Amino acid sequence: MKLSFTKHTLANGLDVLLHEDHACPIVAVNLWYHVGSKNETPGRTGFAHLFEHLMFEGSQHHDRGYFQPLQGAGATLNGSTNADRTNYWEVVPSNALELALWMESDRMGFLLPALSEAKFTNQRDVVLNERRQNYENRPYGLAGMAMLSALFPPDHPYHWVTIGEIADLHAARLEDVHAFFRRYYHPANASLALAGDIDPEQALALVSAYFEPIEAAERVAPVVAHAALHGETRILLEDRVELPRLYMAWLTPAMFAEGDADLDLAADLLANGKTSRLYRRLVFEERIATDISASQNSREIGGFMQITATAAPGHALPELEAVIVEELAKVAAEGPTEDEIERGRVQAESQFVFRLQTVGGFGGKSDQLNAYNVFIGDPAYFDHDLERYCSVTADSLRRGVARWLDPANRVTLSVVPQNRIELAMPDSTPAVVS
Amino acid sequence: MRVPAAVSVNRDRLPDVGPATTFVFPAIAKSTLENGMRVWTVRHTQVPLVSFMLLVRRGSAADPAGKEGLAAMTADMLDEGSGGRSSIEMHEALARIGAQFDTDIGPDATLASVTALSRVADRALGLVADIVARPSLTEADFTRVRQLRLHRLTQLRDNPSAVADRIFMRMLYGSHPYGHTPTGTEPALRAMTIDDVRAFHAHDIRPSAATLVAVGDCEHEDIVRLARDAFAGWEGTSDEVPGEGMPLPDPPRLTIVPRRGAPQSELRIGHVAVARHTPDYHALIAGNMVLGGQFVSRMNLNLREHRGFTYGARTAFDFRRLAGPFALQVSVQTSATAEAIREAIGEIDGVRGSRPITSEELALGVAALTRGYARNFETAEQIARSVMQLALYDLPDDYFAEFVPRIEQVTPETAGRVLAQHIHPDHLATLIVGDLDAVAPGVRELGFGEPIVLAADTF
Repeated sequence: MKLSFTKHTLANGLDVLLHEDHACPIVAVNLWYHVGSKNETPGRTGFAHLFEHLMFEGSQHHDRGYFQPLQGAGATLNGSTNADRTNYWEVVPSNALELALWMESDRMGFLLPALSEAKFTNQRDVVLNERRQNYENRPYGLAGMAMLSALFPPDHPYHWVTIGEIADLHAARLEDVHAFFRRYYHPANASLALAGDIDPEQALALVSAYFEPIEAAERVAPVVAHAALHGETRILLEDRVELPRLYMAWLTPAMFAEGDADLDLAADLLANGKTSRLYRRLVFEERIATDISASQNSREIGGFMQITATAAPGHALPELEAVIVEELAKVAAEGPTEDEIERGRVQAESQFVFRLQTVGGFGGKSDQLNAYNVFIGDPAYFDHDLERYCSVTADSLRRGVARWLDPANRVTLSVVPQNRIELAMPDSTPAVVS
Repeated sequence: MRVPAAVSVNRDRLPDVGPATTFVFPAIAKSTLENGMRVWTVRHTQVPLVSFMLLVRRGSAADPAGKEGLAAMTADMLDEGSGGRSSIEMHEALARIGAQFDTDIGPDATLASVTALSRVADRALGLVADIVARPSLTEADFTRVRQLRLHRLTQLRDNPSAVADRIFMRMLYGSHPYGHTPTGTEPALRAMTIDDVRAFHAHDIRPSAATLVAVGDCEHEDIVRLARDAFAGWEGTSDEVPGEGMPLPDPPRLTIVPRRGAPQSELRIGHVAVARHTPDYHALIAGNMVLGGQFVSRMNLNLREHRGFTYGARTAFDFRRLAGPFALQVSVQTSATAEAIREAIGEIDGVRGSRPITSEELALGVAALTRGYARNFETAEQIARSVMQLALYDLPDDYFAEFVPRIEQVTPETAGRVLAQHIHPDHLATLIVGDLDAVAPGVRELGFGEPIVLAADTF
C-alpha cells in the first residue's frame, strides 16, 4: 500500500508535496501552519483558533470574503485549529487550481493590510458563539476543559482547550494578531500539499510563482513542556445533564512514540464497539452503563488516554469505575487474546485503505501527507504508520497498558446533574472551568 | 516531459478559471432478483474496496400510530444476531474482515451500509443479508436495546438541538407520519413489544421495498450472483406508506421551550413546504443557495458575518417523498434572540420579493452547485449514496447528467417566484429553545402574540 508523492522545498522554506490522482477532475489544496493552541501562553488562550477565523476575512489584494470567489468556482473549503497545527484546505475543480493558489498565497503573504478592528471584533463574537454552541450549551460540553486542566500543569500548553477561555478571548487585541501572524504564518513554518488531477511540473511552477516571493521569517523553535501525574486526582463538574458520566484519563506517549499504537489498539479492544471488553461487561451483560468509549489522544509533545462511561439510571459511578479498573488490570496481567490482536490488525489494514479514498478535506490524502511531513518530517510515513499497528503484539499491548494506564496515577472526573454532587466519585473536588 | 507554461502572477485581479472539465457519471447496471429486490451496481476501481448500501423504503413515517419509534427500534435490532450468531458474534464477524458497518434511519427509509475490502466482498454481503433479511429478533435482546433507547431519549432532553428538532416536527406535522422523529416517544417505546418489531420486520422490511446498491471494484454479474445466494429465502411484499393528503395542524406562530440560564437560543423557523418530486426542485435549490444554503448566503452573512450573533445559520428545504419542511436552523446568543428572529424573517421576506435575487447572487449559487458537482462522486460511498437517491425518490437514470443543465437554466425570476410560492412568511412557525426569562420580553415585541410555552419532555 502506498501514498505516492514528490516533495520539493522552495527557497523560502515552504515544503511542497504533490500527489497525482486523475480519477476525478478535482484538486485538493491543503496548507498546514505548524502552530496551534500549544503555541499560546496562559492569559492569551484561544488565539490560534481566533486567528484562523480571520484568515477567511480577506487579504490585501482580495479584501472581501474568502469564500465567494472559491465557491463561485465550485470549490468546497474549510480550516481547523487544534493544539498542534492549523490547517486550511480547498477542493477545487482542476481548472481552478490557480485561483486557489492565488487566494492561499495572498493570505499567507498579505493578510495584515486588510485586517480591521471591525473584522476582528466580529470574528471574536462569532468565536464566542462557537464556544457557546459547542461547549457551554452542550451536555457534558465542559468536561474536556476540566480534564485537560487537571492532566497538565498550568504552564503546560495542553492545559487549556483550543477554543480558549472567555476572558482571554475578550482580552485579545488587534496588535496581537499582527505579532502572531509575523511569527507563525510564513513559508518556513508551513507545508503545502496538492493532491488530485494535477500535472506535477505545471503545479510546481504555479506554486513557485505564487509562494516563492513570500519572505520567510525565523523558524519556530519546538515547544518543550513536561507533565507528570502523582497519584489520583478526583474532580467533579455539575452540568445540565440527566445521567452522571465518568471520565478516567492518564498521561500517555506522544504521537508516533513507542507505545502510542499499542494504546490505540488497547482503546479499541477495551471500549470501542460492541466487541470490546468493557462494552460487553458494562452495557451488554451487567447493564450498569449506557455507553462506553476510549481514545488514545496522541499529540505532538505528549498524549492522554481517556475512558468515558455514562451510568445507567439507578447505577452509580463507583460501580462503573470498579469494573473498568478490574478489566484494565486483567489486560495488564494477561494481555489480549490472539483473536483480539488479529482483529485489530485486520481493522487497521482496512482503515488505511479507506484513508486512500479521497484527495482532500479533513483526513484526505493531502491532509495525511501534511500531517506526516509536519509532525515527523517524512511524508512517506504512511506505510510505516500502518506497520506500527501491524507490529503490535499481545505482549507489547499488555506492557503498554501495564505501564501507562496505572490506576494509581490518573485523573478521575465525574460530571453530575446540577445540585447532585453526591453522585460524583467519593472525595472529588469541584473543577473550575472558565 | 512537458515544459511547464510560464506563470505570471498578477495580484491586481483574480486568475480566470479555465474551461470546465466535463464529468460523466458512471453507468448504473441494474437487475431485479426473483424476490423483487433490485440490485444496482457501479464500477469504481480506484481503491480496492466495495461499498454496499441496502436501502429499504420504509422509515419512521411507517411507524403505526402509538408506536412512534418502531422503525428505528427495528433498525437497531437488525444487527443483534442472526442464525447461530449472537449480537456480539455478529460484530466480531464484521471486525474479522475489517468491515465498516452502519445502520441509518430517516422518515422515508431504513439503510444498512457496509464498506469492506473487495477481497472480502462476498463475506461482507453475506453478513448484510443476515442482518437485514434474517435477524434473530429475540425478546432478551429487545429488552436490552429498548432500555438503551429509553436512556438515550432521557439524555436528549438536555440537548437543545435534539429537543428543537423533535418539538418542531410535532408542531409542524401533528399526527401526520412526519410528526415524530425516528427516535419516537418514551410512552410508545415503553409500550412496545418484540412482537411489534417482528411484525414490522415481516411487513415492512421486505425485498419488494429494497434496493441493494454496490459500488466499487466489482462486476455486476458477480454481485447479482452473490446477492441471489445471500438473500435467498427473503420474500414478501409490503404496502406503501400512507400520508398523502393527510391533514396538517395550524401551528402557533411562537413557541418557547424553557432552558434556564442557556447562553444561546436554539431556533427553528419554518413550515411544511414541498415534496421531492416537485417540478420546482432545481429552482428551489438554486434559490435557497442565495437565501441560506451556503456560507455566503444572505442569512449567514447577515447573522454571522455582519452581526456576529451565531457560529452559523442555514436554511434548507428538507425534500422527502411527501411534503417536507422548509426551515432555518440556527443557535444565537441569548441576548440577540429577538433581533435574530426579526432579521431572519426579514431575509426570508426579502428574497421573496422586497429585495429580489440579483443575477450575480444567483450566478454564484448556481456556480457553487454546478462547477463542483464532480467532487460529489469521488468515493465509492459517495457514489452509492447518490445512486441510492434515485431508488429512494424514483428518479431517472439520467438525473445526474441532467442536474447541471437544469440548475443552469434557473433564472433569478424563477428562483424568486418559486421561493415566493413555497415559503409563506405569515405561516412561519418559530420555536425557541432557550432562557425563557431572558428572551420573553424581546420576543413579545415580534408581533406573534403571546408565546406558547412547552416543557422539553412534552413529547
